[in-house]
Amino acid sequence: MGRYIGGRVVSMVITFLIIASLTFFLMKLLPGTPFNNQEKLSDAQIVQLNEKYGLNDPVAVQYFTYMTNLFKGDLGVSFQQDGRQVSTIIGERIGPSAYLGFQSLVVGTILGLVLGIVAALRHNSIWDYGTMVVAVLGISIPSFVIAGLMQYWFGVKWQLLPVAYWDGFAYTIMPTIAIASIVVATIARFMRTEMLEVLGQDYIVTAKAKGLSSTAVVIRHTIRNASIPIITIMGPLVVGLMTGTLVIERIFVIPGLGEKFVNSILTNDFPIIMGTTLFFSFLFILVILLVDILYGIVDPRIRLAGGKE
Amino acid sequence: MKKSRWTLVLSLVLVLSMFLSACGGGGSNEGNGNAGGDDSGSESAKQELNLTDSAEIPSMDTTQATDTTSFKAMNQVFEGLYRLDKNNEPTLGVAADEPEVEEKDGETVYTFTLREDAKWSDGSQVTAEDFIYAWHKALHPDTLSPYASMFGTAGIKNGNAIVTEGDPLYGKVEELGAKAVDEKTLELTVESKTPYFKSLLTFATFYPQPKGFAEEQGDKYALEADTMLYNGPFVFSEWNHGEGWNYKKNTEYWDADVVSLENISVKVVQDVATAVNLYETGKIDRAGLSSDFVDQFQDREDFSTILEPTMFFLRMNQENEALANKNVRKALFLAYDREGLVNVLLNNGSIAAKYFVPSDFVSGPNGDDFRDHAPDGFHADMGEAEAKEAWAAGLEELGMDSVELEFLTTDSELASKIAEYAKEQYESKLDGLTLTINKQPWKQFLELEDNGEFDISTGGWGPDYPDPMTFLYMFETDGAYNRMAYSSEKYDELVSNAKTETDAAKRWEMMQEAETVLMEEDIAIVPTYQRGLAILQKDYVKNYYVHPFGADASYKWIKIEK
Repeated sequence: MGRYIGGRVVSMVITFLIIASLTFFLMKLLPGTPFNNQEKLSDAQIVQLNEKYGLNDPVAVQYFTYMTNLFKGDLGVSFQQDGRQVSTIIGERIGPSAYLGFQSLVVGTILGLVLGIVAALRHNSIWDYGTMVVAVLGISIPSFVIAGLMQYWFGVKWQLLPVAYWDGFAYTIMPTIAIASIVVATIARFMRTEMLEVLGQDYIVTAKAKGLSSTAVVIRHTIRNASIPIITIMGPLVVGLMTGTLVIERIFVIPGLGEKFVNSILTNDFPIIMGTTLFFSFLFILVILLVDILYGIVDPRIRLAGGKE
Repeated sequence: MKKSRWTLVLSLVLVLSMFLSACGGGGSNEGNGNAGGDDSGSESAKQELNLTDSAEIPSMDTTQATDTTSFKAMNQVFEGLYRLDKNNEPTLGVAADEPEVEEKDGETVYTFTLREDAKWSDGSQVTAEDFIYAWHKALHPDTLSPYASMFGTAGIKNGNAIVTEGDPLYGKVEELGAKAVDEKTLELTVESKTPYFKSLLTFATFYPQPKGFAEEQGDKYALEADTMLYNGPFVFSEWNHGEGWNYKKNTEYWDADVVSLENISVKVVQDVATAVNLYETGKIDRAGLSSDFVDQFQDREDFSTILEPTMFFLRMNQENEALANKNVRKALFLAYDREGLVNVLLNNGSIAAKYFVPSDFVSGPNGDDFRDHAPDGFHADMGEAEAKEAWAAGLEELGMDSVELEFLTTDSELASKIAEYAKEQYESKLDGLTLTINKQPWKQFLELEDNGEFDISTGGWGPDYPDPMTFLYMFETDGAYNRMAYSSEKYDELVSNAKTETDAAKRWEMMQEAETVLMEEDIAIVPTYQRGLAILQKDYVKNYYVHPFGADASYKWIKIEK
């Protein structure tokens, strides 16, 4: 297992470097300058400003400067937020995004699993149909629609919850529901299908035949075996939560990283584009590793196969 | 159906709150359900204002800022020699009095005496040296300001030369016609006089910076609330990047007696619907509306519209054979139904424009609005019939029976709608015309427009200083903003003469004539609308003044009267 993880870490570093290089060169293909008032700058002024920010150097030189600084842990300074460190900006933005993402993931997963299990165990009952209706709605209604409706009814009409801002637990409820809806729906659907499949397997019949109580069958055999595919979809779900909360952050005025990420691309804020992309890539790679390790824990066959490699 | 979803949402809330109270995350003791209750029924006129802005503040360094959010914030916490008053006239700021003016060798020397009681927020004096420090910084190649050209615009001696690469004076900031004679005397030498000189001095690029303090802070100057000093009506009490910023009254401000507001909170809210919801729940006192909200609110007392001096128009690239034909351009000018655009599509107080220098923007030497000349715009009495006539004549002259044009625009929602509208207008009225819409992200749009890679493009322009010239100079032959290969000797001559003409009345006439040449004789562009802004503002907010150029608004005089 140790060697397996070691090998994975090396390939992670290589992946990371490739992402960094690709992003850098692709970013340089973006048209225009990083200056806000570009439409009012003459060509001579643009040349002078580029000089000031080292943007007149050949791209290769800029690349090596950037990578050298990256190894020293220096992500540079933002062009748009004049002179502020990229690491500082990511640091102050990541808190709300991470909190919200984590809360939505936990709530969504738990609720999704419960609904999926109940639906499978009460197959073809009102519970089952109810869950599936919820799942279809959760997947097909975009989160920003849910967010907008909640904001209007809970926030403005009934004044139960604050409309927006980021100022304590009450402020996280609506954004969490909006984001978690897709998680609940996805997981409930998968869990139901997997449970139904596992329930039909021979070893379940065997387990029942050897006299295990139905609770034990469900917990020890069914749920554990049904959750392997769930772990597979958790990876993409987590990544989706990291980058996909942008609209929700916007609607509920949450000072998160998603907004920064998108805005940096629109405004050609090169250091922020690099910083946020690398940050998200790092998380992504990490999540993939964690998912693979989790497989091993849930399914010993995978662990053995990995160990032999 | 509706009911069951409703139950579901409620149960979600319940499960969520149980889960979180169980694991104690969140770190807030606010319960579920009471947080939105804004029963803050107290009607005492607390001098507090809650606002939103659509963007973060990119920079509080007066030499580096380029955007409206920064300029607006800086206007509340800093002050130059002058500031704009409620009538958009320059009123004395740090300058104690109007300057002594002396004509010397064809140059004009303005000697300003600074106020005794003009202080930075740490109690230190605002000195002439602080102005010089900031201005040199703006012009120096290492710290060049994107607005460095303002010094040249103001006519300050060597302002242009210092930022022109290849000029013997390039980078020699000490050659700027601005000297600190002593601590309280600032002497400005102007090589070309402009009628809007004082108004320009209200612009952020001309603010002072606390020399000693700024040098001490180095790279960190103005990056955080506590790494800058303030000399305006307010100071930042808090600056949470990404979330918002708070102002409080500056007790060291020389005119603190007239400042009523104690605290102002500004939150960054990008979504218009959210801002409206916050406004409706009393969390904010003013909200800007997009067109889709206007119908819902326009009959309310707290609804109003503001006409901005920002013009939108179509550039017609005369490199294109068809667009080089005046009749074709005339047809395009006339066939556009501007009323439909402003009343249906925009619906926010924007007005139809057949002119280029905006209405309600500047007044001439006799006090008349520039727009009193051709008040209804140009070709005002012509319509669709004349458009068709001109179109047919143009095609005949060209020997063509159909024309295909590329219509370059940006990819914003509004721009896309307007482009579709233009296409529909033109193709239905002008037989044989096909418009292909080319939607591009903003930066790419600028690049293509700058390179002349378009037939028709959607332009927009707001003023940099309060003078028609800020619009008219754009279309000089080979001008940086011309971009459409328009060239007229007559126009060039009028504009360049108006730049140097000292007789205000004559100058005004020249500029009005230049506009006539551009619009009536040459039909170089198709103006479409002058932008309006629809807002909601609580009735207890008094004296919120908006400005047509530089900083959008002044909070100095705002009062809360409940």
